[in-house]
Amino acid sequence: MDLPLIDAEPIWLSLQLAGVTVAILLVFATPVAWWLANTRSRIRVVVEAVVALPLVLPPTVLGFYLLILLGPNGWVGGPVQAMTGSPLSFSFAGLVFASTLYSLPFVVQPLHSAFESVGKIPLETAQSLGASRLDAFFSVISPLARRGYLTAIVLGFAHTLGEFGVVLMVGGNIPGKTKVISIEIYDRVEVLEYAQAHILSAGLLLFSFLVLMMVYTVNRRLPVQVT
Amino acid sequence: MAWAEEVHVAVASNFLNPLKEIAERYQQDTGNTLILISGSTGKLYAQARHGAPFDVLLAADAKRPALLEQEGVGIAGTRFTYAEGSLVLWSLDPEKIKGVESLSKIARGKLAIANPKTAPYGKAAKETLHQLGLWKRLHPILVRGENIAQTLQFIATGNAAMGFISKSQMQDPRFKFKGSYWAVPSHLHEPVFQQAILLQHGASNSSAKQFLNYLQGATAKKIIQTYGYGFLEE
Repeated sequence: MDLPLIDAEPIWLSLQLAGVTVAILLVFATPVAWWLANTRSRIRVVVEAVVALPLVLPPTVLGFYLLILLGPNGWVGGPVQAMTGSPLSFSFAGLVFASTLYSLPFVVQPLHSAFESVGKIPLETAQSLGASRLDAFFSVISPLARRGYLTAIVLGFAHTLGEFGVVLMVGGNIPGKTKVISIEIYDRVEVLEYAQAHILSAGLLLFSFLVLMMVYTVNRRLPVQVT
Repeated sequence: MAWAEEVHVAVASNFLNPLKEIAERYQQDTGNTLILISGSTGKLYAQARHGAPFDVLLAADAKRPALLEQEGVGIAGTRFTYAEGSLVLWSLDPEKIKGVESLSKIARGKLAIANPKTAPYGKAAKETLHQLGLWKRLHPILVRGENIAQTLQFIATGNAAMGFISKSQMQDPRFKFKGSYWAVPSHLHEPVFQQAILLQHGASNSSAKQFLNYLQGATAKKIIQTYGYGFLEE
């Protein structure tokens, strides 16, 4: 049997995209989730709803608005074009921008529930012992919320790997830049190259299953208390 | 009493709008309804091979209908060329395209083509770039639309600086043309013979056959011509 040729580029690209997206999301999602867990503000429900939007919106809605937003005449693409000479659409940076929005709830929500279950007391205790707010957060709260962080990282990563509709609409199918695994699979299926499609699909299936199982296993074993 | 029948027509994206017009006339004339499913020729071909309930395929090439005929999914002897398409290079910018030389002068931005693997107009665009000796140089700035309709959309939204679309899309009365274009001479690529074929699914649907006849009639041809398609010498 001939081994079908598998192009590693889309795999590598997807991994990079997921990695960069999760890194950015951790930075942005942490304060948002913390605020959501602790605020009594009336706009909390608004922010919660906005964060959850990508869960329910079809990717075509996001893709459509992003295409306009990231294009040379868009609010985001325009200034970027003026600075760098090219708009964000059809670029890796554009996909990162899209994925950050698309995977937002998958990172914010686990952190939000983790911060909620940690509660305010550990932070207040640490502060009463003289720690600054920031110091208290990093040395007390984030270790306590590590289950939440693990879930957020894994779900955010896996969900970005699985992104398809948005990328199809704003990516432009460029090898090495925007042709991620899901697009590569779609392309292969379209031209009936099922052997390659099978390998990539089975790989993604197995990978997703394993990381999800890892999250559930670790979440059961990981102690919540600080010892 | 005759029952009004439905015909499921899978149609290549470039021909969707002319077909909508034809469908309207056809429904007025016969009382039968056409249900249109559009996509790239390659995708529709793959779907038909996997049992999609299409009665008729209007492809943007001759290759897929011929394959379907060989594979027994299409009915032998029902294949014919309903239009010959041509390619244009289009940009929103009225100053951008002055002729073939504008292609080699593309300074920044993306060049959009349809996916050559699935869309015949994408294949024609690729052949043109090869023929002009520009494929290698322009390859890094290419973006590929999933079908020719998405390719048009990439250019129309300004996301691509210019791109190759079908002449019929440009001639579409609903598409208010602006910008600049270059009509690609037909010797630069293999001819785009768009063929239709009756599929097994429609074998017992008498309206499907009737529609294919209608497509070759004067009313349909007139509409097809207004979209800038050519016809084979008969």
